[in-house]
Amino acid sequence: MNLGKVTGVISNLIFIEAHGAVTQNEICLIHTENKKLMAEVIRVTGTRVSAQLFESSMTIKMGSRVDFTGKMLEVELGPGILSKKYDGLQNDLAKMSGLFIDIGQTTPPLDNDVYYGFTPLAQEGETVQAGDWLGSVKENWIDHKIMVPFKLEGTYTVESIVKKGDYLINDVVAVLSSEVGEKIEVTMVQKWPVKRAINTFKQKVRPNTILQTGLRVIDTLNPIAEGGTGYIPGPFGTGKTVLQQAIAKNSKTDVLMIVACGERANEVVEIFTEFPQLTDPVTGRTLDEKTTIICNTSNMPVAAREASVYVGMTLAEYYRAMGLKVLILADSTSRWAQALREMSNRMEELPGPDAFPVELPAVIANFYSRAGLTELNNGAWGSVTFIGTVSPAGGNFKEPVTESTSKVARCFYALSQKRADAKRYPAIDPIASYSKYLDYPEFVDNADKFIQEGWVAKVQKCKDIIRNGLEARDQISILGDDAVPLDYHIAFWKSEMIDFALIQQDSFDDVDMNTSLERQKYMFNKIMEIGEREFVFFEFEQVGTFFKQLINILKQMNYSPFDSAQFKKYAKELEMAIQKNKEGTLTE
Amino acid sequence: MAFKRIYTKISNITKATCTLKAEGARYGELAKVNGMPAQVISVVDEDVTLQVFSGTEGVSSYSEVVFTGSPPTLKVSDLLAGRFLNGYGEPIDGGSELRGESRMIKGNAVNPIKRSSPSTLLATGIAGIDLNNTLVTGQKIPFFANPDQPYNEVLADVAMRAEADKIILGGMGLSNDDYLFFKNKFTKGGVLNKTVCFINTSENPPLERLLIPDMACTAAEYFANDQKQKVLILLTDMTLYADALAIVANKMDQIPSKDSMPGSLYSDLASIYEKSVQFAHGGSITIIAVTTLNEGDITHAIPDNTGYITEGQLFLKQDPDIGKVIIDPFRSLSRLKQNVIGKKTRSDHPQVMNALIRLYADAVNAKSKKENGFDLNEYDKRCMDFAKEYSRKLLAVDVNISIEQMLDTGWSLLKTYFKKYEVGIKEEFLEKYWNEEKTIKA
Repeated sequence: MNLGKVTGVISNLIFIEAHGAVTQNEICLIHTENKKLMAEVIRVTGTRVSAQLFESSMTIKMGSRVDFTGKMLEVELGPGILSKKYDGLQNDLAKMSGLFIDIGQTTPPLDNDVYYGFTPLAQEGETVQAGDWLGSVKENWIDHKIMVPFKLEGTYTVESIVKKGDYLINDVVAVLSSEVGEKIEVTMVQKWPVKRAINTFKQKVRPNTILQTGLRVIDTLNPIAEGGTGYIPGPFGTGKTVLQQAIAKNSKTDVLMIVACGERANEVVEIFTEFPQLTDPVTGRTLDEKTTIICNTSNMPVAAREASVYVGMTLAEYYRAMGLKVLILADSTSRWAQALREMSNRMEELPGPDAFPVELPAVIANFYSRAGLTELNNGAWGSVTFIGTVSPAGGNFKEPVTESTSKVARCFYALSQKRADAKRYPAIDPIASYSKYLDYPEFVDNADKFIQEGWVAKVQKCKDIIRNGLEARDQISILGDDAVPLDYHIAFWKSEMIDFALIQQDSFDDVDMNTSLERQKYMFNKIMEIGEREFVFFEFEQVGTFFKQLINILKQMNYSPFDSAQFKKYAKELEMAIQKNKEGTLTE
Repeated sequence: MAFKRIYTKISNITKATCTLKAEGARYGELAKVNGMPAQVISVVDEDVTLQVFSGTEGVSSYSEVVFTGSPPTLKVSDLLAGRFLNGYGEPIDGGSELRGESRMIKGNAVNPIKRSSPSTLLATGIAGIDLNNTLVTGQKIPFFANPDQPYNEVLADVAMRAEADKIILGGMGLSNDDYLFFKNKFTKGGVLNKTVCFINTSENPPLERLLIPDMACTAAEYFANDQKQKVLILLTDMTLYADALAIVANKMDQIPSKDSMPGSLYSDLASIYEKSVQFAHGGSITIIAVTTLNEGDITHAIPDNTGYITEGQLFLKQDPDIGKVIIDPFRSLSRLKQNVIGKKTRSDHPQVMNALIRLYADAVNAKSKKENGFDLNEYDKRCMDFAKEYSRKLLAVDVNISIEQMLDTGWSLLKTYFKKYEVGIKEEFLEKYWNEEKTIKA
């Protein structure tokens, strides 16, 4: 191990005089009175090393000893990750002592004393390679695959594998031999550097199937695909976090990774308290059983923000390699970018726009590209879907983090201040937002097959109605109610109906918070039936009155359980209200 | 420290900092330059840079620098109650020296899983807050206000009415008049024995402000965690605090980000606001701050970063229609209200609140229609009449009623001005409250 000594401190930037070779991004440990603090090498100039400290630097003395570990920041992968609450460096927060997090406190990420029921999947004599499944253990309700360590290169022969039974994570469950006869003992745990993608799959393909989030404005209007990417920028107070939590609660996925990066602690507390009580819409088990939370809240060490998003992504990739559908949510990627900016600034690098480091777009692009739908070597499929929030400074989308993200993320959910001010939640702007997956022919085909024939075309039509409505609204407000043709009022109110009945959704109502795809299909067809229908009116005030009644009924439907007697009662009322207009009961 | 480390050769002096060659200095430790308090903000090889809180006027290249070996601390004990202190935690009320355990300010973060979910209602009697933006203990929320608005008066009202065991005031760049206002208010209100005030007035050096929030939070943590009390911290004005941060960053040759603010502004502010907490043992820290704006501009880096950190914001606004200051229902928000409204308050609370605000928005649209010279339809007119009443009876900051009364007032406004289908409220609540005859106390 190479050594060094501390020669300078500026906040969490540490200068070290190194004796011997130092590797970029290697982890070093700085000795204080009773702890070793972790730091990452971020620049080497001759023997002078700059490192970012993942802790408060208050206890560091000049001249302190530094150990260079020769390893990059790694995570421990193995059963026991789910339901855990980690800090940005994968320390298990539950194992920490005291109310406050002491500087330099570390805890093991996995449980060394828990027995897992192991079932072998590979046979002795079988040829395997990195990522292949050797066995399976039950982790909560998930079949957690024990895989050939990702770091192994080339092919191996399974020399021996243990029988079905209960084992500790550090027990040897298989022995592999390499082509040159080297024996490798495999346990249930392996390590992997977080900044490198786990790519033991056969191929990555274009996302083609909808990932159901239970949110109408996303699933119906701007769907995200399994293995896809999306981002949610919005000024503060527009509901980014509520939206992301709604997606977390309702999405149909096997595994959920939530990265709370530089955000409020109370928001993770909410997840801690709620998730064990909430039911997973897929399995009916509690939500926390499929969830891992990586939290580096805004008052925790700034340098660990970057680590936290990489830790989350690596854990997601690990579960993808087991053939699972993983969703990773990061709130907020802007805080990570700001952490990069703080460090770049302390290092006195020449800044890019808004003082962010010039490599920011590349860093973001690289990170988003780790998501994807993959076919594994054994033919199984796994996916990592990534949705990040962005907190643009001043709510202005023309800023480096939003712009860099827009170039790589395929779905854009723009939160609008105007909608939030009018309490039209979720405040996703229906026109500015987009999903590029609607343009993917394979996605359109799958929607035809699994939702209904001509689905995507109908969605586009719906967007046109909204667009027409907004134009009509502008005209009405410029020219006045009386000065525009009646059609303008009808167009405007049709878009209002879509807004109130489809786009707006109450994430705090037990029924309305999650709309199944089947229900979305039913409601969407109903709404489009009205949207495409011709109505007869004689004066503009009739239009508003009529549509307000429809909207009221549609909202009551949204609040009623699908296909309940109550729901059907409102459906009938809706029918009657529509018929009324047809029969020309409205008169001058 | 066994011996005092004294240096007498300063190589570099800016308006806020000075640099010298010294051995063994620690990042964050306190020092005295010419007897004036200073703090180490950078050590690079032997070059130690100090931020001199009072400014560097009078510092010469031969000034004496003494390192104390420890970071800033506050002496905590129950004796803090009733005291007025400066940014260094020293009495300014002429009283005795503080006694108690010396605690480092800027203490460690609370382990997030040891926090409890903040879900205890913090009532203020102001309907613009309790009805539309309900607060809970353990929350952090600022008032966004223009300098001409009575933010300190409202802040003081909230403090006096809210149920708290301790009120800790952190005054940064407070005008002497406002300092005396708070002092008077606390004295007259008979709450002096449960307040602790850390005061930096505009007459004191600006950099001393940098210590105020951390001092206030350290005192708060003592009462909230050690004594398990409900603590309310008032911080005014955080804009002046951020301005002081910018001064230091500038003198350190840091590249400024938006609005000349340091790139670390978000983290700096978060480290203060995140001290708000609900402990499982019942103790809590609630932070209510003031961030003054320039002509209502919330895109400026200070309110912008604050908004991303705090759990909502309360906007003060002058309503010319009723001639009073109101809590703006559109731009104000309490993120934690969901933890209590409809749960700790009456179940119709969320729906009534939203309906009222939505209709108020319709009134604003009608108003702009009118201003643009268009005829108003019958609905528009009803909305505008409603808006005036709503503003007067519920939004004005001088309202002081119970939440039950606020909801009843809301229903009576809805019934007076609207039809059932126009309010967009769930049927079950309409059935219960629409026809209910209730006399509303004014």
